[in-house]
Amino acid sequence: MDNHTKNGETPAEKQHIFDNPDNVKKLLRIFFSSVVALLFIDIVYILLSENHVIHRHVEYEWEKYWSFYSIYGFVACVLLVLVSKYILRPLVKRKENYYDN
Amino acid sequence: MTISHMPALIFMLGGLLIPLFRGKAKSIYMMLIPVVGFINLLNLPMGEHLAWTMGDFNLVLLNIDRLNLVFGYIFHIIAFITTIYILNFKDNVEFVAGFFYAGAALGTIFAGDLFTFFVFWESLTVGSVMLIWSRKTKAAQAAGFRYLMVHAFGGLVLLAGIVIHYSQTGSLEMAHFTLNGLASYLMFFGIGINCAWPLVHPWLTDAYPEATIGGTVFLSAFTTKTAVYALARLYPGTELLIWIGVGMAAFPIFYAVIENDLRRVLAYSLINQVGFMVVGIGVGTELAINGAVAHAFNDILFKGLLFMSMGAVMYRTGKINATDLGGLYKSMPWTCAFCIVGAASISAFPLFSGFVSKSMVMSAVAENSHLPGQGALVAVWLVLLFAAAGVFHHAGIKIPFFAFFGHDSGIRVKEAPKNMLIAMGMAAFLCIFIGTFPKFLYRVLPFATDYQPYTISHVLTQTELLFFSALAFALLLLGGIYPAEQRAVNLDADWVYRKGGRGVYALLANTLNPMNAKSESVFQRVIAWATRFFKDAGARIALFLSVNVWLMSGMKRKRLELKKNRLYNDVLQETLPIGMGAAIAVSFIILVFILT
Repeated sequence: MDNHTKNGETPAEKQHIFDNPDNVKKLLRIFFSSVVALLFIDIVYILLSENHVIHRHVEYEWEKYWSFYSIYGFVACVLLVLVSKYILRPLVKRKENYYDN
Repeated sequence: MTISHMPALIFMLGGLLIPLFRGKAKSIYMMLIPVVGFINLLNLPMGEHLAWTMGDFNLVLLNIDRLNLVFGYIFHIIAFITTIYILNFKDNVEFVAGFFYAGAALGTIFAGDLFTFFVFWESLTVGSVMLIWSRKTKAAQAAGFRYLMVHAFGGLVLLAGIVIHYSQTGSLEMAHFTLNGLASYLMFFGIGINCAWPLVHPWLTDAYPEATIGGTVFLSAFTTKTAVYALARLYPGTELLIWIGVGMAAFPIFYAVIENDLRRVLAYSLINQVGFMVVGIGVGTELAINGAVAHAFNDILFKGLLFMSMGAVMYRTGKINATDLGGLYKSMPWTCAFCIVGAASISAFPLFSGFVSKSMVMSAVAENSHLPGQGALVAVWLVLLFAAAGVFHHAGIKIPFFAFFGHDSGIRVKEAPKNMLIAMGMAAFLCIFIGTFPKFLYRVLPFATDYQPYTISHVLTQTELLFFSALAFALLLLGGIYPAEQRAVNLDADWVYRKGGRGVYALLANTLNPMNAKSESVFQRVIAWATRFFKDAGARIALFLSVNVWLMSGMKRKRLELKKNRLYNDVLQETLPIGMGAAIAVSFIILVFILT
């Protein structure tokens, strides 16, 4: 962004937190690390519950598998986006003035 | 207890007086209505009140029990918050309609008989249509009209059900119904229209984004939740509801992904959330009903909060399409923060309100799926889990991301007005408070519960689900696969009556109108011929008879012509020699005499 201002002009806008690409990168890095951390925590959780250190209440067998919820959440959202984009949108998309005339 | 204690009337009549006030007094008066209503509600004893006999009908205008009381609380709370939110608007119509609408919702949930229930149910439509029309745009007028048509139809279906039920049983009691006859099906479907069941849902996604900024917040709170209450009251444990609810939870999320208008995205996600409630009512166990009611309570808050934040964005920027927005966190940081709280709540993040109610419904479904013959509930559970991941995807990430972050639109505006921020702040506070201390909510649910949402397992699995949904969003966005927002209309079931209706109209116009025109031209031709014929019919008949006689008597050319002309003119000008008319009349009488 151009920070040089002449007299009489309004001063350039102040830098906001995500104007700096480094901050965006930092945020993404934190996010990706926490995603990986969750995978590890799940392993620890499974080990602890199998050794009866903590009680784990599950309704279904598959909930016991490693990272069932992680994988389900990821696959669900990828499917959601792909179906919406490649199947639903071509079917239902019309011009903005479709209903106008 | 008198009729003035009815929560509905406090709102409806109180609202009518709003135009009498000005300035600060008006603001204070408007805030007082829900406060007075709430104090009144706290002092209402349990049980049936205000019984009223009208001819054969035994009406109960007010019935208080645990199921409707919790709806009563939240309706008052959201009415209070929304009132604060709309204080900076100046439209009396919107104010009066808003209070009338809130009052109608309260009247419906506290109704102790089907007739009172129906009267308030119809009032809901009146209030809500006014909130849509208050926007005063052409699109809002059209959407409001469609909304009115759909709800008028739904109301008639409900009424037909009630009338048949009354004629069969002689009872107007708000009892449990089972689907076993025309009456029960009609009432069920009538309520379903207000509940935005799949295929009859588009009144919601069509009209809510067209309403006024404050109107949409009101709308999101009452109509569908009143219907949820009605189903919980009249049809708990109806298995069909499980499947309807699953459909509601699943299909709108696909639409939400490709929708550009952010308030319409929220409208779709509203249906998705109501789907969880409907499933809960369908399962029908104490835990499931508690979950449905708790989720309705929370949804009113977080959906209201999300609509308020988008309303604030619209108020400041005049825009609401994702394609036009972005980067607003810079100029509207508070609105952004409140929106994120709403997004976290609807996504059911631990410590936010959605978490403590959605998990009740999920647990209830899972528990019941182990019962004999209930194996299909496993599929229900899996779809709900899919829907839970999906809601985070569009309401949790898409809404805040496209409005406040993402591509910087360059729009620089002022932060939302103070009253709006206070309203959003209150809703955000409640979302976090309920999410953190769910006991306060659990205490007012219809059934006593010791449900524990905060187990290690719940928290960990839900966090995994949400973080990996977010991961999918991040990767798809960075990879350029995430569908770009586009200015477009997405067809939905309302196509049937928007385009299809026009098609029927065109069909009628193209078949019936030409037939009409054809008939008219034939008719006109007949008339024209008849006019010409009857103009001198008398003279021609006289000529026909006379000329034959004259010819036989040997009359020839010139003389014949002369006679013909004279007779023709005499008949037309009625200058026949005296006696001729009388002779004709007499011969006519003789003729009649002979013939009879």
